[in-house]
Amino acid sequence: MITAMVREAWSAMGANRMRAFLTMLGMMIGVAAVIMMLAVGRGTQYAVEQSIAAMGSNLFIVLAGSTTDTGLRLGSGNAPTLTIADADAIGELPEVAGVAPVSPGSAQIVYGSSNWGTQVIGTSAAYLEVGNWRLDDGEMFSDADVRSATRVAVLGQTVAKNLFGDESPVGKTIRIRQSPFLVVGTLAPKGQSLDGRDQDDTVFVPILTAQRKLFGNNFRGAVRYVMVRAVSAEAMPAAEAEMRTLLRQLHKLPDRRPDDFTIRNLTAAANAAAQTTKVMSIMLGAIASVSLLVGGIGIMNIMLVSVTERTREIGIRIAIGARERDIRLQFLLEAIFLSLIGSFVGVLLGVGAAAIANAVASLTIVVTLGSILLAFCVAAAVGIFFGYYPANKAASLKPIDALRYQ
Amino acid sequence: MSGEPALIRVEHLYKEYYTDAGTVPVLKDVNLEIRRGEFVAVMGPSGSGKSTFMNILGCLDLPTAGRYVLEDSDTGSLGKDQLARLRNQVIGFVFQGFNLLPRANLLDNVALPLVYAGMDREERRRRSADMLDKVGLGKHAHHAPNQISGGQQQRVAIARALINRPSLILADEPTGNLDTHTSEEIMELLTELNTRDGITIVLVTHETDIAAHARRLVQFVDGQVTQDAALPRRTGKAHA
Repeated sequence: MITAMVREAWSAMGANRMRAFLTMLGMMIGVAAVIMMLAVGRGTQYAVEQSIAAMGSNLFIVLAGSTTDTGLRLGSGNAPTLTIADADAIGELPEVAGVAPVSPGSAQIVYGSSNWGTQVIGTSAAYLEVGNWRLDDGEMFSDADVRSATRVAVLGQTVAKNLFGDESPVGKTIRIRQSPFLVVGTLAPKGQSLDGRDQDDTVFVPILTAQRKLFGNNFRGAVRYVMVRAVSAEAMPAAEAEMRTLLRQLHKLPDRRPDDFTIRNLTAAANAAAQTTKVMSIMLGAIASVSLLVGGIGIMNIMLVSVTERTREIGIRIAIGARERDIRLQFLLEAIFLSLIGSFVGVLLGVGAAAIANAVASLTIVVTLGSILLAFCVAAAVGIFFGYYPANKAASLKPIDALRYQ
Repeated sequence: MSGEPALIRVEHLYKEYYTDAGTVPVLKDVNLEIRRGEFVAVMGPSGSGKSTFMNILGCLDLPTAGRYVLEDSDTGSLGKDQLARLRNQVIGFVFQGFNLLPRANLLDNVALPLVYAGMDREERRRRSADMLDKVGLGKHAHHAPNQISGGQQQRVAIARALINRPSLILADEPTGNLDTHTSEEIMELLTELNTRDGITIVLVTHETDIAAHARRLVQFVDGQVTQDAALPRRTGKAHA
C-alpha cells in the first residue's frame, strides 16, 4: 500500500511540474546555503587548526620587560632583562621540554645579483624543535656553532626562493649586512601564521652570531624573548608558575616589584582563535538554516493550495474507503518528496559550489559528510513538519463537504 | 428472499442542518428496511431529503438522531476507520458526475478501492483488469477518463464500485448526465448486477422511467417517506 501511495505522490508532483520545481527551489537554495556556509566555517577552522599545528603545541613566549626607568615606556622586549642564562635556567625546569632564546632583527640579504630584505632570527639549535620547524634540505646549525658564533644560516622557503630560485641554497654563501654566511640548511614551508604573516620569510642564525656580528648588543647576553615548550598541555600552568618563580629569583626581584618579564601562553591564544572560528562556523550555519525554514514554509504554502484544489479528489477517495490516515499519508508523502528531492539537488549544488569556490578562489572550503547529512536530515524534518499541517487538513475534511466541493 | 435478515435497517432517523437562520430539519423520523437483493428506487422532489438519506446510507454523513444498522453493525457506534472500512468493503458508490480521478488511467481508477483494502499490486491489476473487461472496457484500460464517453466513464465508475464485491450499491442519479440510450444501457447493467449477482441496489433518481427498473419505490416528501411500494416489472417478481 505504501508503494502505491509513493507512486501516487510521485504522479501528483508530475502533474504540476513547474510548481513542484519552484517549491523545491526553496529547499535547494536552503540546503545549498547551509552546506556552503558550514563548509566555509569548517574551512576557516581547518586553516586555523593548520596554523596551530604548524606553530607547535604547548608553547610559551617569555618576553623581556619594558624600560620604565626614564619614564618612557618602550613596550615588552625592550629592556635587557632576559638573558641567555635565564633561558638556560628555564631549560632545566622539569615541566619544560625545550627552550630557545631569540634575538631578532631585520637585514638585507644578498646572493649574487639578488637581494631580499627579511627577518633574521638569532637563536639556538633547539629553536627548530621548539618552534615545530622541519628541515627541507641540509641541516640546522649546532650548539657548537652557537657557542663559537659561526657565520652559518638556515633559510626559510620564501627567502630561498627569492634568492636562489630553483637552485639549491645549501653550501652556498650569502651576505647578511655585508658579512658572508654559509647556508647549511633550508626549512620546510609552514605557510601563514594566524595573523596572516608569511612564516617562511625568515632566516635563522646562531644567536651569538646575531648579537655580536649582525645587530650588536649593548647588554651582553640579553635576548628579546625566549620560546619555551612545556612537556604537555596539562603541565602548562605548573610550567608557567615555575618559570615566574625562577625568573623573579634570578632577577632578584623583591616581592613588591612587578615582573620585569611577560609570560604569554601562545597555545591558549591559538585555542581561543580556534574556538572563535568554531562559533563563527555555527553562526553561519544557523543563518543559512533560516533559508531552510523559508523553503519549508514554501512547501506548506503549496501543499495547502494543493489540498484545496484536490478537495473533490479527497472526497472521492474517502467515499471509496480511504481512512483519515491514508489521506494524511498521501499528502505527507508529497511534502516529503518535495523536500527530499529539493534537498538532494541542494546537496549537489552546495557541494558543486564548494568545489568551484575551492578551484577558482583560493579559499579553503571543507565539505564534510556530517554537514551534508545534517542539511539533508534537517530538510527532511522540515518537509514533515511543514507538510503535516496541510496533510492533516486534508485528512480531516468532512466526506460530504469534500465530495460536494466544486 | 423473505426470511433473510435486513441489509439496511433505519429507525427514527432525523437529520437537521444548522444555519444562521436556525435549524433546518431535512429528515424527519425516517423508518426503512431494505433486505439483501432488493433493487430500491428513491424518488422525491428537490429538497425532499433523498440525497441526505443516501449520504447517511453511504456513511458519508451522520444522522442527528436515530439508528442506522448496516450488515448488523450499528453505524452510530462505529469509529471513523470502521466507517471507512464499510465504505471500502460493503458499499459501492455510483455518482451522477462519475467522480473518476482525472489523472489516473481507467485501470488505476478501478483499482483504487483495492489500494485502501491493502491488496498487493499484482492482485490489484489482475482484478481491476477483469472488472474492466466485465463492463466492456478492457481495451481502454490505459486511457484517461477524459478520453472516453460519459457512458463509458459511468461503466468504469460501476466497475470501481464493484471491485471489492460490495453487498450494496448506492447510485445517486447515475444517469443524470447521460442521454436516454446510454442511460438505458447503464440501467440494464445495474439490473443485471441485481438479478444475476444479487447485489442490493439503492438508486436515487427523479426520472420515472429510470425508477421503473427497480422493484421497489420509496417516495420522499419533506423529509419523510410518503410512499413505499413494490414495482411489479420485468422479472415479474415483487419484493417480499
